[in-house]
Amino acid sequence: MIFQDIIFYIFSAILIASALGVITVRNPVNSALLLVLSFVTCAGLWLLLEAEFLAIALVLVYVGAVMVLFLFVVMMLDINLDRLREGFWKWFPFGALISLVMVVEISMVLMGKYFGLEEMPIPRPHEADYSNTRELGRLIYTEYVYAFELAAVLLLVAMVSAIALTLRHREDKKSTDPAKQVQVKKEDRLRMVSMQAEKKE
Amino acid sequence: MEYFQQQFIAIFGAEWGVMLYAFASNMTFIFAIVIPLLLGVAYLTFAERKIIAYMQIRVGPNRVTFFGIPWLRGWGQPIADAVKAIMKEIVIPTGANKFLFVLAPVLAIMPALAAWAVIPFSPELVLADINAGLLYILAMTSMGIYGIIIAGWASNSKYAFLGAMRSAAQVVSYELAMGFALVCVLMMSQSLNLGDIVNGQQGGSFLNWYLIPLFPMFLVYLISGVAETNRAPFDVAEGESEIVAGFHVDYSGMAFTVFFLAEYSNMILVATLTSIMFLGGWLPPIDMAPFTMIPGFVWLLLKIAFILFLFLWFRATFPRYRYDQIMRLGWKVFIPITLIWIVLLGTIMQLPESIRNIFPLSIWF
Repeated sequence: MIFQDIIFYIFSAILIASALGVITVRNPVNSALLLVLSFVTCAGLWLLLEAEFLAIALVLVYVGAVMVLFLFVVMMLDINLDRLREGFWKWFPFGALISLVMVVEISMVLMGKYFGLEEMPIPRPHEADYSNTRELGRLIYTEYVYAFELAAVLLLVAMVSAIALTLRHREDKKSTDPAKQVQVKKEDRLRMVSMQAEKKE
Repeated sequence: MEYFQQQFIAIFGAEWGVMLYAFASNMTFIFAIVIPLLLGVAYLTFAERKIIAYMQIRVGPNRVTFFGIPWLRGWGQPIADAVKAIMKEIVIPTGANKFLFVLAPVLAIMPALAAWAVIPFSPELVLADINAGLLYILAMTSMGIYGIIIAGWASNSKYAFLGAMRSAAQVVSYELAMGFALVCVLMMSQSLNLGDIVNGQQGGSFLNWYLIPLFPMFLVYLISGVAETNRAPFDVAEGESEIVAGFHVDYSGMAFTVFFLAEYSNMILVATLTSIMFLGGWLPPIDMAPFTMIPGFVWLLLKIAFILFLFLWFRATFPRYRYDQIMRLGWKVFIPITLIWIVLLGTIMQLPESIRNIFPLSIWF
């Protein structure tokens, strides 16, 4: 157990430090990379909780796809670093108020007796052949199938609308249709002309 | 093994001995994977130069040898290249983000090596036999892109940046097709564990390998693998005729070599995964006497070598794709094919037994 505790504290420390870094460093690229670091350490913490599917899905989806696109955009922006800090003290009281409310809410749930944390049984560690992925799949596709399908449809609608909003048909573009390209025959384009051979003087 | 464990317990006590033994045996196993892998990378570069040379009616590297032995001419070339790379200076350009510039090669090679943890080399020989092995592989290979993007951005150069952008878009696109092809594999094997996937292809001969029922997925996976590793004909990320050398244009010496190592170990990884998921891993092609005498590990190596040869063959023979056509192939050709195949496969799997037995489908489903 002691080994797991050591790993837990190391990972938590890295997670908190990198999460703080996300909102405090100046350069948005560094900030996005620190967010990647906090996702990866968070996945490590989930692995400690035996939630290997969620941990790997977090790395796969957020680190492997979402943050790549995020970095992609952030790197292409031309951001003036000095102007980023201008409104910091102006908005500081507002942000502090919001975070205070959040801290109070979390502590009410976790520390008060409303949540009944003591009454919950301590989760039992599973056997080695227990497949987290299989159990999750079974739950999602049986008990929560409607919610799951609704979420999928919602994402599809968002995707279709994003494409529909930005799709324009330009008249002046010169890109070719490969299906038409491969159907081109030699006879359509090429005309053989027989010419008299010329003598070199 | 038992003997070493006993020794550890005798020296360090019951609690720490077991833990230290596990640590030591895992470290030994990791080195036993990584060192042959890096040697394999070194000799893959040699094989690439030789094979492409013979395809172009040249000889290829034929000078450097060991101890002057004449019939080993050329075989010392990868070692000489490595020594040269170590000696060279690592130039950090002015205006580059120094920390990220140095970090990028590390981020490129880390996932390329980490993914090997779950690869089964034979029924018993696997470092981490985890249930979600396939997902782990997908997660690790998707992290390899960070090295490329960060390298491109931290170099503070337009060529490097363009290469990084191209590569990022390409890898993210082809990952989808790759993932869907793997969904078909896991539907067939009903497991995410790579060892179980190989065992699911057992049954007498190569007809049982997933290559045959999933042949389009095999092609999609192989081509996406070539695109994902930024190899020719999809190597627009480093297209030397357009953007010099792409994302690693500003790298030199060992930092450049680390990118090189990452690319080649990713190639070997894709070849290994293709052999495991479509070509039956360590299984012999026919389960009969002369074939079963050869150990499974050798069969796996032969399959890997064959796929790697295909990689080199592609590079020697195909012209480079145009960038918009790469995107078209990924999004408009591969993803629809894989989606249709998933639906088709699901339908076949749900057919009642009596209908499936009419066709000789029963050996796969």
